Parts: sequence; structure tokens; C-alpha cells
Amino acid sequence: MTRRPMYGQARSGSVAPLALGLLAVAAGVVGAVVLSRRGDGLRHGFEDAPRRSQRRPQSGSARVVGRSVTIAKPREEVYRAWREFTRFPDFMENVASVVSLDDTRSRWSVEGPGGSTIEFVSRIVDDVPGERIAWTAEEGTSVPNAGRITFRDAPGDRGTVVDLTMSYDPPGGAVGAMVAKMFQREPSIQARRDLKRFKQLMETGEVATARTHPVSEDER
Amino acid sequence: MRALTWQGKKDVRVETVDDPAIVNPRDIIIKVTSTAICGSDLHLYDGMIPTMQAGDVLGHEFMGEVVETGRGVTDLRKGQRVVVPFVIACGACYHCSKLQYSACDNSNPADEADISETLYGHQMSGLFGYSHMTGGYAGGQAEYVRVPFADVGPIVVPDELEDDDVLFLSDILPTGWMAAENCEIEEGDTVAVWGCGPVGLFAIQSALLMGAARVIAIDHYPRRLQLAAGLGAQTLDYTTANVLEALLDMTGGIGPDAVIDAVGMESHGFSIDNVYDRAKQALMLETDRPHVLREALMACRKGGRVSVPGVYGGLIDKFPIGALMQKGLTIRTGQTHVQRYLPKLLDMIREKRIDTTFLISHRMALEDAAEGYRIFSDEQNDTTKVVLKPGWERAQ
Ligand SMILES: NC(=O)c1ccc[n+]([C@@H]2O[C@H](COP(=O)([O-])OP(=O)(O)OC[C@H]3O[C@@H](n4cnc5c(N)ncnc54)[C@H](O)[C@@H]3O)[C@@H](O)[C@H]2O)c1
Ligand SMILES: [Zn+2]
Ligand SMILES: [Zn+2]
Repeated sequence: MTRRPMYGQARSGSVAPLALGLLAVAAGVVGAVVLSRRGDGLRHGFEDAPRRSQRRPQSGSARVVGRSVTIAKPREEVYRAWREFTRFPDFMENVASVVSLDDTRSRWSVEGPGGSTIEFVSRIVDDVPGERIAWTAEEGTSVPNAGRITFRDAPGDRGTVVDLTMSYDPPGGAVGAMVAKMFQREPSIQARRDLKRFKQLMETGEVATARTHPVSEDER
Repeated sequence: MRALTWQGKKDVRVETVDDPAIVNPRDIIIKVTSTAICGSDLHLYDGMIPTMQAGDVLGHEFMGEVVETGRGVTDLRKGQRVVVPFVIACGACYHCSKLQYSACDNSNPADEADISETLYGHQMSGLFGYSHMTGGYAGGQAEYVRVPFADVGPIVVPDELEDDDVLFLSDILPTGWMAAENCEIEEGDTVAVWGCGPVGLFAIQSALLMGAARVIAIDHYPRRLQLAAGLGAQTLDYTTANVLEALLDMTGGIGPDAVIDAVGMESHGFSIDNVYDRAKQALMLETDRPHVLREALMACRKGGRVSVPGVYGGLIDKFPIGALMQKGLTIRTGQTHVQRYLPKLLDMIREKRIDTTFLISHRMALEDAAEGYRIFSDEQNDTTKVVLKPGWERAQ
């Protein structure tokens, strides 16, 4: 599938979708953190705050970003929408396309600065319908990354609590410099925006934009 | 098309910009027939609201004719006359389901919403023509406007009502109504209203309709105080009276049961605290001048209600938290949940129970909008409300 003219944002020089998560440097660590049962690492002391909200620098080399959002739709429906990875370009700012290869594998094409494109194959490693999905980039890609999303019923019939966690390593070396350049935006901010657009799409059927014109061919 | 654009502090110009087009399925395009300048626009004009960009099209009080509809819009047709709420709301999120439309989760684009999330802890809804913090949506002081979520906001108005009768449904009429509703008026109540601009005037009218025994209106412009008196309010000129003393004396030593700040962040006057606030503002140590809010909190009776339709944007200083806490006051505020009030207020207009036109002092061509801003800002005594007509020939 190629990019659809979904929502409007001017795309000039802007990079990074669910991004940072998508582009990480150490697949191993990345996968381990994201896939741990709690989704975002271990419990620390007497508190339930997610690891990503800790003030102290996160231990280990992997960084965890993510966000929680409540969507006024039933859990099954939200799960099904996310499971369709090919629709990510509808709400992830610089995912150009996701092509399904088989039941669990898909090829992602992510836009970089100056018109560059990064491709990798992502594999679903955990999938419990209505509850959670986890994925990780296959080994050998220049941009290892992993992500995990969980779905819970919100209290009081308010829909579904969606918790997205992604992990990446603070980049170093030559690859690091390249990756750093790509992320003009704080990855946690990007995750938050992508998740917000997902919520908009689920609840309203469209992605809010202040544009006064549809995205044109050459802006894409 | 022609549209009023913001260029900088005290610099607005009518320019030629691109016509808007349908972008999302639930959009409509309207051809504007009437649009007004609001006290809120003056905060933009005075450079008090951050995240404005040169070229932004202003205007959030507007109405017109539907000229195009997106494929997701089924309940509106080309040719219908609609008034558009200044608050953009999706109608589907948790807050919309609670009728808290100005808290809509989904109408502020994800990139713009970060700003209000940083400033306020949460993002607020999108608004028309009101900075990038509220979405960066092009406003209605223009010939055409793209209206998103058109199945939720715009209300169709009957042909027998003139534009001037219904235009203020877009903002100031429901704003005055909600300001009075937030006072939870009980029998025998005295309500004091600071500011006799359009919002204050509609709040006065609403409070009386809701059964307030008495409304005391406070301002310094004779013409505006006169309009308040015409609605049935008692009046106070704060340049000649000591407001706190006068309010106590006029309420048998009790104080007003409810108070309304219909002034907001740009309070006038040379009281000591206001001069202090001006200095701090100039040094960027404070963003808003809360003289009226302070005075209202001090004036309100014990256990009373404080309603704040006046707009504040950032931080204030010397806030009388002691008066609020010790007297056990309740504060209610917010950008108006316009959509919530439209059917009821439209009915009241039809039944002629609300007068919406008494405050219009000027009707002018959209082309003369810059002059409209100047007089609404600098000649407030005589300029009580400016309505712009895109179809009209320019006067000067
Ligand atoms: N909550 C909302 O959704 C909403 C909607 C519309 C407008 N507003 C806000 O309501 C406020 C009033 O709007 P408006 O259109 O009536 O504006 P306006 O500028 O026409 O009126 C403000 C009035 O306040 C008076 N005033 C100034 N200092 C005063 C003082 N110290 N004591 C008493 N009166 C004083 C002025 O003389 C003026 O008449 C603005 O802050 C505006 O942004 C809020
Ligand atoms: Zn207004
Ligand atoms: Zn909403």
C-alpha cells in the first residue's frame, strides 16, 4: 500500500512517527524491555507509575517511550484497528507505507530527512486478540526497534485504555549520528502525537487538521 | 478570497488568501454572510495571546450559507443558513459526550495540541481563528471558511430571522448565558458583573432571565453602563466609586451572592495592583492582569459563586487564594460549551425572549475590518459591537 493523503500536516522537513521506537539501534535490548510483562520494565519500590515516567534516568542502555490514551470504543474494535499495520500511515506521521508479507511479517517504509527512506521488516512476536500486540524489527536491519501495545477496558464504560510502549537505545557512533539527525523530534512527543491521531481516527473517523486544502501530490 | 489577517500587535489587514476546500469527510465550506469582532479578538490584537503567526486569518463569530459538504455530512445541505460555534468539537469523545465541548479531545490537531498540553497540562479543543495553541484553524472574518465536524457544531437558522438576530449564537450569547448559569442563581440573589462589553451585557440579560433579584453592572464607559441599565441592571462606575465598599453597601453588608468576571486578562484602570501587574507584564514576569478577578473574589459573599467567562491565558500573581479558600467560594469557568446551548437559545430568540441586537453599534464591510478593530479597541464607549459584512462595499 502506498501512502494515502490522510490528514493534513505540512510535511516540510518534519520527521518521526511512532518513530524513535521504529528506529532504534540495539534490537536485543530493545525487544527485551518492551516485551517484559509489565510492558515497560520492572516495578520499582512502592508505586505504580510506569517506568517511562520516572524522573531518574532509566537504567540500562535502552530508552523506553510511550503513552497511554483512552479511546471511547470497545476493546475488540480498537485492537482490530491497530492489528491492521497497513493502516499505520493513516496516523503515523512519517511511516510512508506498511506492506503485509504474511500473517505476522510486514515491510515498513519510513521517511527520513531529505527524501530518504528506511525500510525494514517487522515481525509480530506476541498477539493476544483484544489484549496486546508486540512487534520487533527483524535482525539485520539498520534500524532495530520494537513496540508493544496493550488494551484494557476503561472504568465506567469509557472505552479502552491503550498503552503504547516503544524502546530504543540512545544512539552512539556513526549510526547514532544518522539516527539522531532523523529524530528532529523528541520520540516521546512523536509517540504521543501518533497515538492522539489514532484516537481521533477511531473516535471521529478522521484526523483533525487545520489545513484548508487536501495534501497535494507533491507534498506527499 | 478576502480575509482579515493578523500581522502583529495592533496590525491586522484584509488580504487576498486562498479559498478553503473540503479536507476531511465531515467538513463543510460556508460562504460567510455576517461575522463579528469579539473582545477575545482584542487579546489577539493586543498581542496578548502566544502562538500567533503573521498571516493567520482571525474571526470566530460567523455565520453563512453552506456551499459545499464533505461526503460524511448527511444532515446539512448546500444553501442552508447556519451559525457556527466558535468551539470546534467532534461530538464523539468522552468530553463531548458530557457536553463539555470546549474540552473536546479530538478537534485540536495533534501537532498543535502539544502547546496547550504544555501550558495547561491538557490539550483543549480547537477554536476558529484563535492562535495555533487552539489548533491554528483559519477564522471566519473572511468570505469563506472550512468548518470541520460540521455535523456537530453548525445550527440551521430559519429564514424569518435576520443575520443580526442569530449571529451571536456563535459565541457571546451562549457565553453570557453560561456565565450566568455558572452562578447557580437562587431566588433573591444579587449578581455583580464586571465588564459591560458584549459578554457582560449578555450575562446581565441571562442572569435576570434566570431569576436574579438584582444585577449590579460595573464598568467605566457611560454608554456601556447605559446599555446595562437598559437591561434592568443597577450600575457602578469603578472610576468614581470604591467598588468593594459600594457592593457591600448595596447588598446590606453581605456582598453579592455571585460574581462574574466578564473582563479577563486585560483589565483597565490604575488601581495599585493593576499598575503592578502592568509592570510585571512588561517585564514578562506575568502574562495576565487579574485586577478584576481579585476584586470579584474579595467582593463575593461567603460561600458564594465566582463565574469567570473572561479569558485568561497564562499566569497571574498575587492571587487572593485566602479569600477563595477561607470564604469557601466556588469558581466555575471555561471557554463556552457553545453547542450545548444552541437549540434552547435559538428558541428563545424566536420567541423574542432574548434581545440580541441592542448592542450592535457598527455594521461595516469586511474590507473595513481593520478600522473595525481600531474603534472596538480604542473607542470602546461608542463601539459596543462591530458586525462585518463580506458582501458590502468598502466605506472609505
Ligand atoms: N469564555 C468564553 O468562551 C469567552 C467568549 C467570548 C469572550 N470571552 C471573554 O470575555 C471578556 C469580555 O469580552 P467582551 O467581548 O465583552 O470584551 P470587551 O473588551 O468589549 O469588554 C470588556 C469590558 O470590560 C470593561 N473593564 C475593563 N476593566 C474593568 C474593570 N477594572 N472593572 C470593570 N470593568 C472593566 C471594559 O471597559 C469593557 O467595557 C474577554 O476577556 C473575552 O475574551 C470569553
Ligand atoms: Zn468571541
Ligand atoms: Zn470531542
